[in-house]
Parts: sequence; C-alpha cells; structure tokens
Amino acid sequence: MKHELQELYRYRELLYTIARRDIKVRYKQSVMGFFWAILMPILIVISGVVVRYAFALASHSPLDTAGIASIAVKSLPWAFLVSSIRFGCNSLTGNSNLVTKVYFPKEIFPIASVLASLFDFFVASTALVVLLFVFHVGWSVYLLWVPALLLMVVLMATGIGMLVSAAGLFFRDVKFIVEVALTFGIFFTPVFYDVRMLGEKGKWMMLNPVAPLLEGLSACVVRHQPPQLSWLAYALSFSLAILGLGYAFFKHLEPAFAESI
Amino acid sequence: MPEVALRMEHVYKKFRKGEVFDSLRDLIPAVTGRMFRQAELSASDKREFWALQDISFEVKRGEAFGIIGPNGAGKTTMLKLLSRVMKPTSGSFQVNGRLAALIELTAGFHQDLTGRENIYLYGAIVGMTKREITAKFDEIVDFSGLEEFIDTPVKRYSSGMNARLGFAVASHVNPEVFLVDEVLSVGDTLFQRKCLDHMRNIIRSGATVVFVSHNLKSVADFCSRTLLLDHGCPVAMGSTSQVITQYMGLLQDHRAADQSRPVVISKVAVRDSAGPCHRFQSGQKAWIDIEVSAHEQCRKLAVALYFLDGAQQALFTASTERLGHGNASLRRADVLRCTFEVELNFGPGIYYPSVNLFRYENQELLDSWQAAETIYVWSDQDITGPVNCFPRILSQEVFRGASSGAETDAKYKRSAREAFSPAGCGVDIADTSR
Repeated sequence: MKHELQELYRYRELLYTIARRDIKVRYKQSVMGFFWAILMPILIVISGVVVRYAFALASHSPLDTAGIASIAVKSLPWAFLVSSIRFGCNSLTGNSNLVTKVYFPKEIFPIASVLASLFDFFVASTALVVLLFVFHVGWSVYLLWVPALLLMVVLMATGIGMLVSAAGLFFRDVKFIVEVALTFGIFFTPVFYDVRMLGEKGKWMMLNPVAPLLEGLSACVVRHQPPQLSWLAYALSFSLAILGLGYAFFKHLEPAFAESI
Repeated sequence: MPEVALRMEHVYKKFRKGEVFDSLRDLIPAVTGRMFRQAELSASDKREFWALQDISFEVKRGEAFGIIGPNGAGKTTMLKLLSRVMKPTSGSFQVNGRLAALIELTAGFHQDLTGRENIYLYGAIVGMTKREITAKFDEIVDFSGLEEFIDTPVKRYSSGMNARLGFAVASHVNPEVFLVDEVLSVGDTLFQRKCLDHMRNIIRSGATVVFVSHNLKSVADFCSRTLLLDHGCPVAMGSTSQVITQYMGLLQDHRAADQSRPVVISKVAVRDSAGPCHRFQSGQKAWIDIEVSAHEQCRKLAVALYFLDGAQQALFTASTERLGHGNASLRRADVLRCTFEVELNFGPGIYYPSVNLFRYENQELLDSWQAAETIYVWSDQDITGPVNCFPRILSQEVFRGASSGAETDAKYKRSAREAFSPAGCGVDIADTSR
C-alpha cells in the first residue's frame, strides 16, 4: 500500500500532464471554450429555478434570491461530481492504447478526470462569486468551512471514479448504469430544493452522503450558519470509506486491466 | 550498480480463451445458471492456455539481447511482461534501473493536440520529467525533422510523421533498460538509417537493450545473445548467429508440418559448389534447392523464385514455368524438388531468397514463403546499390583549360573520341584476357 502510494507520487508529473491534456482537449473541441465549464451549472441552475418557481406557485410563498443563490451554490459541486464520475468511468476504456502498452499506476486516469473536472469547477466558481455579489449574499466566518466541504466532495468523486472506471473496464454496461444513476441522482439529492422543505422526512434525504455536503455549503455560503456536524461526520466517513474501497478495488483489479480491456 | 539489468526466473503466463463475460447483463445469468450446473466449471478450466512457459534468462548491464520466434511464439506477451503492463501468472521478474519501452510509438499521442503538446505528453508517459523534456525539446524536434509542423495538431500528420515524432521522443528518454519491438521500420530509408545509428549510439553508451522482433536483420546487427521462443517455450538461447540458424530450421519444420494447405513449400536451402553457404562474392554462382510437399493432389504447379533486398523490395523473379520447364503435377504425399542456379550479380548487402508456389493455369497462389533464406553478398569493390554491373574505369584524364577557346575544344573532342573508340576498347579486352 505504502509502496503503491509512493509510486503514484513518483508519477505525479504524468498525472498533471494527463489532466492538462484532458482539459485542453475538452476546450479545444468546443467553440464555446471556457463557456463550456459554466454551461452545465447554468443549465442546472435554470432547471432548479423552474422547479422552485413551481413550488412557490403551489405553496403561495415567494421565490427569493436566497433560494436561487442556494441552488447556484449547490449545483456547482453537483456538476463537478457528475462530470468527474462520468469522465472517470470512461477514462480507462478511452485510453485503452495506453493501458495495454505502457506501465504506470493506472489510477492516474480517474484521478486526472477528477482534476480536469475540478478545473471546470473553479472556472464556474468565479462566475458564481460574481452572482453572489450581485445577489448581495454577503459573507461570514462560516465561509472557512467551504474548503473542507469541497475536499470531501473531491475525495468522494475520486473514490467513486476509481470504482466505476475499474468496473467499467470489465463490464461494458457499467457505463450505462452510471449514466442512469447520474441522471436520476439529482432527484435524490437536495440540489433544486432544501432538505428542510421535506420536513421530518428530510433526514432520509440526508442519508444520501452528498446531501450533508451540499446542505453544508448552502448553509455556510448563503444562510451564514454552521453545517450540521453530525451529518458532516457521516459524509466524511462515507467519503473516506468510498475512497479506500475504490482504491483497494482498483489496485486489486489493476494487474488484469491489460488483458481484459 | 548491479551487474544484472534484467532477470526472469521460471516465468509462466496463462490466458483464458473462449467466452469472457464483458457485461453484467451476460454475467449475472451465467453465474446464476452455473450454480445449478456444476459440471460446466471443470469445462472452463480446460479453456486455459499457456502463452509462456518456464522462461528464464538474464540480461547483463550494457548487453543487447534479442528475443525472436515465429508468430504465436509468445513475443507479444513477453513484451507486455517486460514492460510490466501484465504480471506473470507465476515466476519472478526483476528490472534494475529505469526501463523505457519503444513500443508502438504513437500509442501515447492524442490526435487533437499539437506536436509540441504531444512531445510533453509522450515524454511524461515514458517517464521523463517536464524539465528533462524541456532541456531536450530542441534536440527531439530536430531529430524528428518536423520543425515546421510542431504546432500543428497531430491528426493532420501523416502516419510516417507520427511515427517519426514518436521515435524522436522515445529515443531521447535515456533509460537504463531499453525495450524495443518492430519500431525501427518507420519512416523513409533516410529516417530508418538515422534510427539505426541512434540505436547503435544508445547501445554504445552502455544502455541495456532488449529487442523483441521479427526482423532478423536488426537482431543480427545489434544483439550479441538471443532467445528463441516457440509456442511459448524457450527453444534456444545463445549467440545470435547460432540461434538464427536454429530459427530458420524451426520455420522449415513448421512449414512441413502445416496440413492446412493442399501443398506447401517445405524446404528452401542455398548452397555453393561446395555445400550449404550463406556468404557469396558478388557475381558468384549459387544453387537454391526448393522442396514442395503435397498433402492433396495438385496439378500444374509452378515454382517462382524471387529475391528481396534489405528494404523488402523484390529485385528479381524467375519461375520454373516461365523458364520453359513446364509445370509439375503432384499426387498426395508426393514431393517435388527443383534447383535454381543463379548468378548473384547483386551489390554488397543482405538478400532474401523467397519462393512462391503457383497453380499455373489460373495464377492461384498456393503457398508463399517470403525471406525463406538469408544470403550475404560481398564484393572486393567498393560499390553500392542492389545490382552489380561490374564497373571498370577505362580512362580518366584531365584536360586543363579545355572548355575555353575553340581550338582546345576541338582537341578535347578528338581525344574524347579516341578514348571511347572501339580501338581503345579492344586494347582493354585484350587486357582482360591476359
């Protein structure tokens, strides 16, 4: 285990190079360039606003800017998670010529997908900061929680990415299962709405390990409140567990990659 | 620094053939089905096959080591084990020092990136740091000869340009152990020569090189020791020339045993007046014995002999039927033997006698054996090119100031006429007859 991590560290330049390659290729292929990074979050925010508008009409309570800001804050990490899992899932099969011909720690591929998506995330974040200023959301000391919460999202994305990329190499339909899960996942995750809108039943929603993280971000950035620590501990243990499990699973299957791809 | 650069001990590699489940949709019914039918499990064990069996060898530091074998011998599997992409099923394998593989050069390229970006990408893949690549960047570009196109996306490159760029990066890695497969045959002849020179320099600089190749010429040129594989088993190991001779014999055995064709070329051998021979003086006579074995009845066979040069160009073709020798018909288990006598008017170099077996009426190719044998032609004259026209210089004179002024011009013309006149030639013919 220690030896494997050392080896990953030794190949860090390759990791950066491949992440850079993924970013470059994504931006070169699209005429929109950097707009691509914010397209996905913008779509999520717009659909969230539509959903929330319908809620507001039904419940006769007005839709405020804080609600929209909250959707925007939560949609960015969600878009990041979706994109790193989606690209991670195809990262090994899409690089089959490298997997079968050259030796290096192959977890570089799903990790590079996470890094490339993280780049998109930061591009979109600058747009978000502007939006938050426009909405006069303000700031508080709880913003210090944000890096920790984002780190948990990254760990979770890496763990899941390694899991699905290795599984996707052996079973070609994993890709479709992941795609379906990502499409419908947004309905089981508090992106468009807040957990407290579900009332007492909200705690079931919090069992989704992504929920405490998104709720925590929304609380820190928009509502200027601390995150719920107990749920956060749950999300943290899930992130670490999925990371450990994903890595172990990946490393266990890695020797068979070249002959099975 | 340990003396041994690379060591394999009792390495085995097993593959499973037949159906492999590559989707959950197929796997789940198969697994549940199998629970009820235990018998199928033992059947699946039989589908294993051994790609490599009991391979042991050592390569010393600074040595060039070759691995050869016919198709299906396990060379590709060997490459994957050596490059550590695959793990052996059992046995141990150890490399001391940084290993770089010159395998399928363009595998690491991304088509949408420019040549420059791909140099960095490929360099990182073969284990160079960014600083190392930057330091060698100009050298790499210079070697590839692609300065003008370095900022063009690689997808606009021709396949030759792709390969040149790949070789240029890979060969500047400076590894301690270098793994090479058939990549030296990229680009035009000029670039190939550059690659070969570069390989020679790498070997001279003390790097350890392992060649896994079909190309006997480059193995013979570079490697001092060679391992011969056949059907995954080590057949011979030792000095390259001995192992290559053994390999030739192995190929002939394989051909004779091949039952899938109605008729096969089972033997090709080259001899001079004294006996088996592979080295000839330019212009010397050679006899090429060809044996054809029929597994079924075959009619109207014609045997064609042709020579390939080192660049796999066909230089000369002759066939029994066109030389007015009719054509033969064979019954089951018959053997046809024929001998071609040729005068080897080749320039110095390496040539491969090759044989095609035709059915004469419809020109149907029944069997062909490219590079069935290898011959080396030498000449005591320093000439180049695939043919030897046996040149002699009859005269060489300098006429000072001959091109200025009509008078000297006329004088030059006169004396030139004399030099090329039949009389001059006659003197020379008389000269040779002495």
